[in-house]
Amino acid sequence: MLDKNEMKIAFPSFSSNESFARAAISAFVAQLDPTVDELTDIKTAVSEAVTNCIIHAYRDRIGMIYITVAIDPAGEVTVKIRDKGCGIEDVPKAMEPLFTTGGSERAGLGFAVMQSFMNRVRVRSKPGVGTTVTLKKKIQSRRIGA
Amino acid sequence: MPVHLIYREESVRAELIGEIDDYTARQMREAIDPAISRLHPKKLILDFSAVPFMDSSGIGLIIGRYKLMRLWEGEVTLSGMSRRIEMIVKLSGAEKIVRKERREQHAG
Ligand SMILES: Nc1ncnc2c1ncn2[C@@H]1O[C@H](COP(=O)(O)OP(=O)(O)OP(=O)(O)O)[C@@H](O)[C@H]1O
Ligand SMILES: [Mg+2]
Repeated sequence: MLDKNEMKIAFPSFSSNESFARAAISAFVAQLDPTVDELTDIKTAVSEAVTNCIIHAYRDRIGMIYITVAIDPAGEVTVKIRDKGCGIEDVPKAMEPLFTTGGSERAGLGFAVMQSFMNRVRVRSKPGVGTTVTLKKKIQSRRIGA
Repeated sequence: MPVHLIYREESVRAELIGEIDDYTARQMREAIDPAISRLHPKKLILDFSAVPFMDSSGIGLIIGRYKLMRLWEGEVTLSGMSRRIEMIVKLSGAEKIVRKERREQHAG
């Protein structure tokens, strides 16, 4: 559909690509004229999901990360972050605050951060196939008639 | 280098510089750990004044350094946190194990 405003990026799971992913998404969302806080909320949530692909989904290899960002005229932002990594056995358990399989340098807070900064967080995962995290947030646009 | 280390008599102050994500947290930890492991300071101050962005990797950085400092009964102080960084620290419960310092006027 041509009236849908959407962008896609795909990149390999090098840790050094994290800041690129955040910057690309916030540059696209900027056309909705979000506040600095709204933009940082989205950047932080995306950073969590992308980091999870890098350190959990593709734990001991490099794989592709696919991100789709869609914005609608009402100001709703939908970000999908998808990997073809190891998947999650028990999603509700993985989403519990402080649950981590990542060892002593991880806090187990990624999903809690996504939930506190976005309006909706949905996780679909299949062990051995991969994970898709869908994040939604409504931007309170300051432009009249935008 | 995303960390600037300042050595004082019984403390080490680590000025963290730039965005904190998994990638940069790793570099910060690799700069801080050898220094504190060698000096065993009583206090490690993590200064966030020059950090414009942080995700939960920053909490891992704080908790990991706290665990290391406890080996010689040292403590960790967080300084210069923005409102946002404080929100994430609060969410983690890490504020129960560390001290907080108000943003300093002059560094060093
Ligand atoms: N894309 C993914 N693929 C496979 N497993 C995942 C993925 N995302 C999350 N997980 C699992 O869910 C757990 C919780 O994730 P969460 O982001 O909340 O915490 P964390 O990544 O372990 O720590 P933190 O985000 O605080 O550094 C992870 O430890 C991991 O086991
Ligand atoms: Mg995480």
